[in-house]
Amino acid sequence: MSIGATLRQVGYVNKMFWRNPASAFFTFAFPLMFLVIFTALLGHGTVVIGGRPVHQSTYYVASMGAFAVITACFTNTAISMTFSRDAGVLKRTDGTPLPAGVYFGARVLHAVFVAVLLVVITAAFGRAAYQADIPGGATLLRFLLMLVIGATSFCALGFAITAAIPNFDAAAPIVNAAIMPLLFLSGIFIPLGDNAPAWIVWVARIFPVKHFGDGFQAAFLGTSFAWSDVLVVAGWGLAGLLIAARYFSWEPRS
Amino acid sequence: MESPSRTIEAISVRALSKSYEGVAAVAGIDLSVARGEVFALLGPNGAGKTTTVEILEGYRRRDGGEVSVFGLDPGRDRARLKPLIGIVLQSTGVDRYLTVAETVRMYAGYYPHPRPADEVIDLVGLSAKRNSRVVKLSGGQQRRLDVAVALAGDPELLFLDEPTTGFDPSARHEAWQIVRDLAALGKTVLLTTHYMDEAQQLADRVAVISAGRIVAEGTPDSLAGRDRVRPRVRCRLPGGVAAPEGFAAAPAADGFLEFAPDDLTAALHRLTGWAIDRGVELEGLQIVRPSLEDVYLSLTDPTASGPGEGAAR
Ligand SMILES: Nc1ncnc2c1ncn2[C@@H]1O[C@H](COP(=O)(O)OP(=O)(O)O)[C@@H](O)[C@H]1O
Ligand SMILES: [Mg+2]
Repeated sequence: MSIGATLRQVGYVNKMFWRNPASAFFTFAFPLMFLVIFTALLGHGTVVIGGRPVHQSTYYVASMGAFAVITACFTNTAISMTFSRDAGVLKRTDGTPLPAGVYFGARVLHAVFVAVLLVVITAAFGRAAYQADIPGGATLLRFLLMLVIGATSFCALGFAITAAIPNFDAAAPIVNAAIMPLLFLSGIFIPLGDNAPAWIVWVARIFPVKHFGDGFQAAFLGTSFAWSDVLVVAGWGLAGLLIAARYFSWEPRS
Repeated sequence: MESPSRTIEAISVRALSKSYEGVAAVAGIDLSVARGEVFALLGPNGAGKTTTVEILEGYRRRDGGEVSVFGLDPGRDRARLKPLIGIVLQSTGVDRYLTVAETVRMYAGYYPHPRPADEVIDLVGLSAKRNSRVVKLSGGQQRRLDVAVALAGDPELLFLDEPTTGFDPSARHEAWQIVRDLAALGKTVLLTTHYMDEAQQLADRVAVISAGRIVAEGTPDSLAGRDRVRPRVRCRLPGGVAAPEGFAAAPAADGFLEFAPDDLTAALHRLTGWAIDRGVELEGLQIVRPSLEDVYLSLTDPTASGPGEGAAR
């Protein structure tokens, strides 16, 4: 439809992203920092994944890659959309002929672009520092599909959660309260292993984070790839889209 | 998209109403704004100005009445209306990390027939700040950028919701010049303000809105019969001197006698003749016509009963 308009808008979003150096820096530095810290603290043993022992440093390359994408797409999108909403930028944009789809689409495209960049950097760092395997061939293609669908879905969930954020001051606490427990319960920070409590396994099964992380493990650790993981993640993304379509507000909420 | 028919007026509103949680913010107003006109909606805070303009802009839904902007219903035909109007909201923001020129260009790109960005930037007097980041602009400069963004799409009609609130006098005069320049370009402008002088300076026509109703409408000079209200004569008499026959009146609070004679010339002749005969000085003698401010205050004061009374404040 309006591909030109969308790409032009992506250009502006990109400019704004890099001109906020603090935000850009931490978006990239956090996952690498966590990768180094977790590997230093916990990375000397092996963890049994799918009946196979996996070196923990490799494990963290996969899970910090997933973490990076979730931060860039869900956390950043939710917080920056809330900022724009409360600053009145969204209301102004809503008063122009720019189609909403172009505005949202540009945000998503840019977040996916940043997500891919983050994964490339994390993988390259993991390769150099921890001899992690880099996927290729069909594994790589399946992984890229999971990456793009996951990144898009987490963006949609980021749009959706803004409906629950009353003002910008509440944005970071609410977004972190939603995502941090899930990151722990989904084995992103600490491997769940094979004897995790049943309730945690269930939480992980319901929410999209573990399914997304499993897609990364399939790519980087050679575990088996499950299309059902892609479906669950996409289902959550669709739900996020529907919630956003219904409840998203272009104006400050108070 | 085809341009709207030239014959219809820019804005027409009939019996518009809007309540928030059962409290009426706009209680049945009628307005009509011709093409090329600068129209001011003048009223105190909470009168319903923003509610009215945001219904016209398509942001808010109305409860009742008919609204047409270039023949389009902002509630139903918002997408078709958007390219034709420029909006300066009462409070708004722009993305912080772009420059002035980038911001104007970005918004211009949203419209089918934009005005060249440099021209718009010149028009609002931001040429020297063209390459400055938006965060570095002063409050007044940011407001000009708001106007520039609203002009980027070269709209037929511009909404300005309290464009100069919080400005110092010189910034206000500069902003007024921008509005005059827009009028000279043939744009229709609907502005809201609670400053009488702003309405007087800029508007071809003014509607005074108070508690959700239009209480007066007309040119700034004739508003509420201001041009027809009888002028008042005011003066103070020395202590112990009684007013002459025919001028007896209880002194106002400030000790002045006030009368609004039918025939000003004859009354003045009699009064001054009487004073000279007696050797009485008429202290502070003045002839007063109601200012727009008087009219406005009386119209928007819920305890006053009408413009005639108000003129005697
Ligand atoms: N979104 C809203 N929700 C509830 N009440 C509102 C809202 N917007 C305006 N009001 C109320 O409606 C009245 C008119 O407000 P407004 O249109 O903003 O007036 P003005 O712009 O003339 O100051 C005020 O009493 C205000 O408190
Ligand atoms: Mg207002």
